[in-house]
Amino acid sequence: MNWSQAELVAAAYGVVFVFVLVYVAIIAAKLVRLQRETTALLELARGREAAARRDPAAAVEAPNES
Amino acid sequence: MIRSLPGLAAFAAGLMGLGIFLALIVAPEDADQGISQRVFYIHVPIALTAYFCFGLGAWKALLLLWRGDERYDLESYVAIHQGTIFGALTLITGSIWARASWDVWWTWGSNQLVLFLVLFLFYCAYFMLRFSLEEGPRRARSSAVYALFGVVLIPVSFLAIRLAEDFIHPTVFTREGPQMTGTMFATFCVSWAAVTLLAYVLYRVELAGKRLDADLRELREVLQ
Repeated sequence: MNWSQAELVAAAYGVVFVFVLVYVAIIAAKLVRLQRETTALLELARGREAAARRDPAAAVEAPNES
Repeated sequence: MIRSLPGLAAFAAGLMGLGIFLALIVAPEDADQGISQRVFYIHVPIALTAYFCFGLGAWKALLLLWRGDERYDLESYVAIHQGTIFGALTLITGSIWARASWDVWWTWGSNQLVLFLVLFLFYCAYFMLRFSLEEGPRRARSSAVYALFGVVLIPVSFLAIRLAEDFIHPTVFTREGPQMTGTMFATFCVSWAAVTLLAYVLYRVELAGKRLDADLRELREVLQ
């Protein structure tokens, strides 16, 4: 395939742009996963807090069970 | 002085835009290579940034072995990861430039090219070593020692262009200074600053993500 010099220059800059774009997309996907995990942990902590309010004695004993 | 990550990222994006504008529009066309010389303004800063990232990874590895603080393990890993990304970009943009200037995608006759490929593959193997070991102090120390061995290849690869006998790869920076016009040199400096800043922003973002990931894992263990 015959590439002109201008096309090759554009390709070099384009490759860098695509790499950065893919990197940002990967980081964004990771951020979504971390957000989901944070929400799950927050729900877990809230559930424990609610359980402790209902039965304070069980909540004090709970750490010893593990 | 901008310290916040979003501010730095915006500044890096602006500087990258300026660098590309200067490289493609403002900088004069090279009399010898023509338009293909414009790849220089992205290829060389990326290559220098890759060397810098590998060097930073080795420095953090040395700090880990010296002080025994495990936070340097993650910093060394992220710096080497960045170096590998910029190393891959160096090889790709270099290959495109070679096709435009020498009419070949790759030549085994140039020491600079082959040594950079060796350096790149050496650091690719770093990840194989790291992920073959269980997480912990042993993995951190083994990875640090490997990263330190790799740093020896950086000056060899960097100086290969001056030691090479083939003269295929162009030498732009000599003892007499940069062999280019003032506008070309200014364009190169802006591009270099932009790529370095971009690498620093990506390093900080990746490091923050990895630390957050580790903290969440610890929190999950505490809550469950």
